[in-house]
Amino acid sequence: MSTPANFPGEPDSSPEIAREFGLAHDEWVRVLSTLGRAPSYAELGVISVMWSEHCSYKSSRIHLGRLPTSGPQVVQGPGENAGAVDVGDGFCAVFKMESHNHPSYIEPYQGAATGVGGILRDVFTMGARPVASLNSLRFGRADHPKTPYLLKGVVAGIGGYGNCIGVPTVGGELQFDASYDGNILVNAFTVGIAKTDELFFGVAEGVGNPIIYVGAKTGRDGIHGATMASAEFGEETDSKLPTVQVGDPFMEKLLLEACLEIFATGCLSGVQDMGAAGLTSSSVEMAERAGNGIELDLDAIPRRTKALSPYEMLLSESQERMLMVAKKGRENEVFELCAKWDLDASIVGRVTDTGRFVCKATPGFDPFDGSGKPDPVLVVDLPVDLLTNAAPKYDRPQAMRPERASLVTMTGDAPDDLGAELLDLIGSPNIGSRSWIWRQYDHIVRDGTVIRPGEGDAALIRVFCQDGTETREKFLALSADCNGRHVEMDPFGGAAMAVAECTRNIVCVGAKPLGLTDCLNFGNPEMPEQMWRFAQAIDGLAAACTALGAPVVSGNVSFYNETDGKAIVPTPTVAVVGQLEDPRYRLGLGFVREGDVIAHLGRPSRGVLGGSEWLVERSGSSAGAFVGIDLEAEAALQHAALELARGRLVKSAHDISDGGFAVCLAEACIAHGHGARVTLPSSEDAPAHALLFSEEPSRIIVSLSPTDVGKVAEICRRYGVPFAKIGSVAGDTLAIEGVCEVPVEELAESYSTALDAIVG
Amino acid sequence: MRVAVVQFPGSNADWDALHAVRDVLGADAWYAFHKEPSLGDADAVVIPGGFSYGDYLRAGAIAGFSPIDNSIREFAGRGGPILGICNGFQILTEMGLLPGALTRNAHLRFECRDIYLRVENEGPFTGMGKGTVLRLPIAHADGRYHTNEEGLAELERNEQIAFRYSTRKGDPPNGSDANPNGSVADIAGVYNREKNVLGMMPHPERASEDILGNDDGLQVFKSLRRHLGFE
Repeated sequence: MSTPANFPGEPDSSPEIAREFGLAHDEWVRVLSTLGRAPSYAELGVISVMWSEHCSYKSSRIHLGRLPTSGPQVVQGPGENAGAVDVGDGFCAVFKMESHNHPSYIEPYQGAATGVGGILRDVFTMGARPVASLNSLRFGRADHPKTPYLLKGVVAGIGGYGNCIGVPTVGGELQFDASYDGNILVNAFTVGIAKTDELFFGVAEGVGNPIIYVGAKTGRDGIHGATMASAEFGEETDSKLPTVQVGDPFMEKLLLEACLEIFATGCLSGVQDMGAAGLTSSSVEMAERAGNGIELDLDAIPRRTKALSPYEMLLSESQERMLMVAKKGRENEVFELCAKWDLDASIVGRVTDTGRFVCKATPGFDPFDGSGKPDPVLVVDLPVDLLTNAAPKYDRPQAMRPERASLVTMTGDAPDDLGAELLDLIGSPNIGSRSWIWRQYDHIVRDGTVIRPGEGDAALIRVFCQDGTETREKFLALSADCNGRHVEMDPFGGAAMAVAECTRNIVCVGAKPLGLTDCLNFGNPEMPEQMWRFAQAIDGLAAACTALGAPVVSGNVSFYNETDGKAIVPTPTVAVVGQLEDPRYRLGLGFVREGDVIAHLGRPSRGVLGGSEWLVERSGSSAGAFVGIDLEAEAALQHAALELARGRLVKSAHDISDGGFAVCLAEACIAHGHGARVTLPSSEDAPAHALLFSEEPSRIIVSLSPTDVGKVAEICRRYGVPFAKIGSVAGDTLAIEGVCEVPVEELAESYSTALDAIVG
Repeated sequence: MRVAVVQFPGSNADWDALHAVRDVLGADAWYAFHKEPSLGDADAVVIPGGFSYGDYLRAGAIAGFSPIDNSIREFAGRGGPILGICNGFQILTEMGLLPGALTRNAHLRFECRDIYLRVENEGPFTGMGKGTVLRLPIAHADGRYHTNEEGLAELERNEQIAFRYSTRKGDPPNGSDANPNGSVADIAGVYNREKNVLGMMPHPERASEDILGNDDGLQVFKSLRRHLGFE
């Protein structure tokens, strides 16, 4: 066979072009020695995106293997488009979280919108109908001049996409921190529901089977987006606009409905969406999973612009496109259903047994304007293995960052008026109500949102599982969490705390955690201190996932979250899916009845303020000692809380997290306008402000009927969980004995206007 | 009772409507796809929320030219009850089956939250009685009802205003955000002159069950069932 040729106008590949495409010098040398020749221009493009950090996980792969990924409930672990856990009766929950950080900083609306579009496709590609989304957002400090523009754009983009396609956005989280000033984070999560024996996989099976391209036409948008996501930002970031894609949620809705109908016919042997690195990664990954090859006829690629070169077609990240492998002879079923949903579909290639990724195209032929005649030449001929398993893998050097010993005793000055401190804290951008955000999301479409945003520690949705004519209702709890400040202080402990908080949120609504997906946002992995943070965080996640029964089933790594050499605080965001056995077990976070007893579950605060919102606000840094986490105690607390919910012995549950004890109580009061009279639980002699605002984990505030105190105390005792009756639901103020008394109305006012300064 | 739920390619509250009418209310209900010429043997029609054909031009604009269009017009013409919810309301105004128009919310954002509305005039879907206050969710970007002074006077004269946004107690919003989108005269839903076609922005089908924390919306569907003589 001939050697792959350049298209007219394309330069010969060279070390300079390789560097421009993001390949390191030794990687370029490796390409030459493996191929035994210089790659064509298109081949160099293909290799560089497949070897980019974003697609190859070259810096993270050797670490990811340490995460626990199995369990009796795991239906599909990492490696597919999304993971899946069993929810009973032959159904599974399919979910994943993914980052869209760099595009969202460059163009917040489209960056966030296409992030939602991408994660939705990952889920429905598996044959699951998406039923809910979450998002985890990080912006620079609240008073940074770009923050309002970025926040408004990202929220509008998430809403614009999710609202149109009709998947409710039921929750999420948000933090402002100066470390994100030049590098925001947009992590999008979607869960879908599927019949377990009807899951679909991204495999190019069946030699000779046709490859069908379905959906939007290919343009020049997003070329080399995956490479952009694998580099730091610098001063030239503003010139990266053409690498951002533009979303069309209506097209995605058509694609979703058409795909689910096509899958149901059984006429496909594999399917994959065209996400990062577009046509290239979808074909190559499908070929790799099946151990086959793929041959593409680029002349047949549907397009919406003139004179596309093979390089451009292979690297375009135009949105809302799918690649399907049909069973030979059943192509028409795909075409008929695509016609029903007004979608374009074309055969663009076939599965081969060569183990090679081969592309042909005709120089001078352009189906867009009808010029020229097809007479294809070889433009790409690469071993699939070179692009996947044989891609570079690095065990990058690690270096522990310097000890922070000088800061460990910091607790801040004791304030005079703790009531005023609380009012201020609960109205701060990191603690206050997020209603400005979730009101812009359709969080109720599909008739399934049982616990809406702000009502519980996790979202709770009812999903309809259709099996023939029978419909079963199941209940899923969803939460996303991470506090990068704690991870920065102690990457192992902070990452473990993220898992602990997320699973704790799930049990606080009465559900049992089933599985976890992660989105690991870090700085430049070539910097040994960043790599050390990453490796430590992986171990922390692994320890917590094992201890708390939440195996990792899918995930995503986002490195190079830096601008001009300044990295974000490490942010290993996690999202957990749990299941509620019976809707009667569900719990909100707010106090529901005057006269109920308020109790504190877990070890009382030691007054450690490190990383707390209060201390960061007051001191301007996440100083102080790291709060630490005892995973055994956490597991016991979660088991006890779950048993209390199942016994219907408590009426509300709210975990103590951002803002600490005082904020937790205030939120429980604000929810339904009830007051509370409590004493401050403490095991040690610490100043009141430290006990009020410490963010030590593994604590839950519950309310219960006075008649159930004995039973609740007994269950806690059985699990070895400290139980303390600290007061009761009463009046219209939050009164903490000897510390402060604040009217709930004032707390609510401060809470509800927390984002006004940014978006008002 | 037999109910057709019209399904445009971008309908996204089609399931919500089908579920409320079929599974909660117990009616016989089905989807009528936009490319089909017929609605089937329906006693009533629901046009659900969503983004019909993407709505990039204007909410509901293209749906007014779809193949199922004629059967909807014909059904309306012979007095069949039609309920358009949210995007369904927008479609019915674009089709000319309801007066007025729906424009971008005054605050320019999509908004999803619970609001209150008061029944202004009785009809097939509002048999629960004038003055009844319902709590229902809204979820829209283009819900600001508009008509000119003449049109408004006509709506009043013919008792076509079905719902007005109100406070929890049923009082007029008086410029507060109890009117969530800036609709003229606080209008949340209108009938056609013959009162068999209703368009409303709030979502009764998403508030028809205890598990969702609210079943006020079921009153709208129960009223329809009574009107058709099925109970």
